[in-house]
Amino acid sequence: MAKLKLKRHVINRDWCKGCGICVHFCPQHVLELDDQDKVFAARPQDCVCCKLCELRCPDLAIEVETEEEMIWADR
Amino acid sequence: MATKDYIRERFFPHIWCPGCGHGIIMNALLHAIEQIGLKKNDIVMVSGIGCSSRISGYLDFHTLHTIHGRALAFATGVKISRPELTLLVPMGDGDALSIGGNHFIHACRRNIDMTAIVMNNRVYGMTGGQYSPLSGYGTYATTAPYMNIDQDFDVVQLATASGATFVARSTTYHVHEMTAILKAAILHKGFSVVEVMSQCPTYFGRKNKEGSASDMMEKFRARTVPLGSKKKQEDPTLIERGIFVDKQMPEYCEEYQKIIGRAMKDK
Repeated sequence: MAKLKLKRHVINRDWCKGCGICVHFCPQHVLELDDQDKVFAARPQDCVCCKLCELRCPDLAIEVETEEEMIWADR
Repeated sequence: MATKDYIRERFFPHIWCPGCGHGIIMNALLHAIEQIGLKKNDIVMVSGIGCSSRISGYLDFHTLHTIHGRALAFATGVKISRPELTLLVPMGDGDALSIGGNHFIHACRRNIDMTAIVMNNRVYGMTGGQYSPLSGYGTYATTAPYMNIDQDFDVVQLATASGATFVARSTTYHVHEMTAILKAAILHKGFSVVEVMSQCPTYFGRKNKEGSASDMMEKFRARTVPLGSKKKQEDPTLIERGIFVDKQMPEYCEEYQKIIGRAMKDK
């Protein structure tokens, strides 16, 4: 079985306008806005790679880079 | 192909305000196109005037940025001459249903194979927040400081009555649903209308005290239900989402080819 594993959040700071949609709708509260109102991943370890931030970003400013992790079920 | 390959990066960041729903629609549209696997050279995007219509500048297809309300007329010309191309016509609510209202209903009636996306933010954003035919009774706008008394159109009912063969509605909150609907609309043979409820935090949101972009999207979640939901019977003010019409009818370009064949038979 393959599961998505986070590589990193790629954030384009020039394109981010700090609207906060990704922060508000992140189911795991991974993201926050910094003092310049740009998004950053405050708790990347909690990310479940649902990519809702990437899909809802009006500015195409955030991308969730993932890789597939193989998980072997115990027999 | 990644979604980033479909955009003209040199024009980013785009002009839309922070939190504008139009960017989310563009994002979903890119994902829909990527999932279908369409080539950039096979897509023509035709838009009119308004915030929403700026989308054609940002996407790396064949693009026409035309005159207010007339995008569908230009798109009809393109489709008639090159029927093999995929036509996408993003429009704002005012562009589609006020200035372009006549073009809209007649394009529906002809059933020409293209996808009209009504990016409905219920306001004229670019020109300063005037009320549009989709603002609705009881809303406020810069031109309706004491309340708007105009009733609004129901895009879905209007398109259905006008004869569109694919009619659907979604919102910027429901991104997975929106992407799936846009995909189905693009693949549909005939005239497709997709209304996407979008937020304008700058004008509609501010004038109607609806809060931030996220608050407005939360409202889309709370105030809409999937088509056929029982909740709608309990509360008729809820707005239904989903695919309302999906049927096959003779397509205009194909019928036109038959007419050419008939006219040329004796030549």
